[in-house]
Amino acid sequence: MKIFGEIGRFILMIKGMFSKPENWKMYWKELMHQCSEIGFGSLGIVAIISFFIGAVSTIQTAYQLVTPLIPLSTIAQIVRDTVILEFAPTLVCIVLAGVVGSKIASELGNMRVSEQIDALEIMGINTKAYLVMPKIVASLIMIPLLVILAMVLGIIGGRVAGSMAGILPGTTFDKGLLQDFVPYNVFFAMAKAYTFSFIISSIPAYFGYYVKGGALEIGQSSTRAVVVSCILLLFADYVLSALLL
Amino acid sequence: MIELKNIRKSFDGRTVIDGATATMKAGQCNLIIGASGSGKTVLMKCMVGLFEPDEGEILYGGQDFTAMNNKEKTEIRKEIGMLFQGSALFDSLTVEKNIMFPLNMFTEWSHQKKLERVNEVLARVNLKDTNKKFPAELSGGMKKRVGIARAIVLNPKYLFCDEPNSGLDPQTSLVIDKLIKEITIEYNITTVVNTHDMNSVMEIGDYILYMHKGKKEWEGSNKQIIFSKNQLLNEFIFASEFLRDAKEMRMLEETGKIPNNRNIDEMIGPENLPKG
Ligand SMILES: Nc1ncnc2c1ncn2[C@@H]1O[C@H](COP(=O)(O)OP(=O)(O)OP(=O)(O)O)[C@@H](O)[C@H]1O
Ligand SMILES: [Mg+2]
Repeated sequence: MKIFGEIGRFILMIKGMFSKPENWKMYWKELMHQCSEIGFGSLGIVAIISFFIGAVSTIQTAYQLVTPLIPLSTIAQIVRDTVILEFAPTLVCIVLAGVVGSKIASELGNMRVSEQIDALEIMGINTKAYLVMPKIVASLIMIPLLVILAMVLGIIGGRVAGSMAGILPGTTFDKGLLQDFVPYNVFFAMAKAYTFSFIISSIPAYFGYYVKGGALEIGQSSTRAVVVSCILLLFADYVLSALLL
Repeated sequence: MIELKNIRKSFDGRTVIDGATATMKAGQCNLIIGASGSGKTVLMKCMVGLFEPDEGEILYGGQDFTAMNNKEKTEIRKEIGMLFQGSALFDSLTVEKNIMFPLNMFTEWSHQKKLERVNEVLARVNLKDTNKKFPAELSGGMKKRVGIARAIVLNPKYLFCDEPNSGLDPQTSLVIDKLIKEITIEYNITTVVNTHDMNSVMEIGDYILYMHKGKKEWEGSNKQIIFSKNQLLNEFIFASEFLRDAKEMRMLEETGKIPNNRNIDEMIGPENLPKG
């Protein structure tokens, strides 16, 4: 029963975000601030993870393809498809659920507990619109960009690992990359990226915005926010795969 | 002027405010006093609309706030300034940016004009040269003063202060009380203050509402409070021997008489009287 109440309140929060800004300039500034926090703040970790994931998948694919009947360029093809379809969107977003999600939840939670949200409300500001909306919109802008970057870096990582480990030369890898390329896969990956971006920003925002208590509860709710968004993310991954593939 | 008519509020079936009625006039300090947990903060949050009262009316200048839609409420809120119990400064912003925030949001002034206004209110609360500090670098009393500065920067018609001097030393408390009183008179604001500081009650209590377990137990001014016969009130306010003595001194000053047959020697203690 409680879960339905929570879902109802979540929907009301999302609905409450849509109202005319009190001052467009301030909202724009807040959006830009969030874009840089979310985008540049997680650039480093996304770059490192995607590069190594690509590298590892080249080596493991080569290890599993033992028969000489399959041409080496197939390795590149497999790496390309797994990175685009699964690793870049899902894995990166799971990491971002931790990085971005806990940041959003604890920032809003702290503002709630120290009555900063109440202070904004008293001034006549719609805090759902001013605090929650820019975080979600910034995530919807920046996280898909990070996912695209992760695709590129993942493939580069695979290529570098392939030639460094002497598995396949760069030129063969490049040839494999272009074999049977399905543009729909990129569309599918981006559909996932947008869905995940919404999940890993709105769920932590909800947990942070409605936190009750003190510092301890802020910590608890941001942990819960990350756990819940990861579960929902994997569930959405499954549903999207079943629907779109 | 703010009028409260029979406000009731309960949380999960537990009544916290049980019928509060009051009239709070402009240009004076209206105090809500009561023991910890008596519902002062809840009542104040009902008044500004952070909590929805279950019953009753809140009138701002004759307009029923509780019956308003969100847009109308927002209009009233633009005339409200509030100092929270924990100051509630935005901790990612400097003092200057904190105070400038309402100006940025609700005015189209030039940066220069906004800065002038910020410096003006900072001077008003005796905090020049703290512009670039962050809230974490301020003491409790300074935070409260920045909170007041932010609350008054848009020249509100209504000022709410939730325990402006809890946790402060007596001297700083006095400074803050004086400040609140001066601002109230200067700009003819309807000021509402929650407190359990007896000094404030005596200093600035133009109108006092005493809440006991969510009920209005007594109302009056700081002049009337010393003559009050309400037992709960007397037990609450004049809890200490020292304050009881102070009260009787005050009564003596005003009427030349001391109640309950104690004489002045006994109050001060004959051994403490100056010799000769
Ligand atoms: N959001 C809430 N949910 C449930 N109960 C609450 C809530 N806020 C306050 N209460 C309860 O209402 C009662 C009155 O609390 P309130 O904060 O108004 O006291 P107060 O008079 O301001 O006390 P203090 O002087 O310590 O600040 C308390 O018993 C508190 O537990
Ligand atoms: Mg309180």
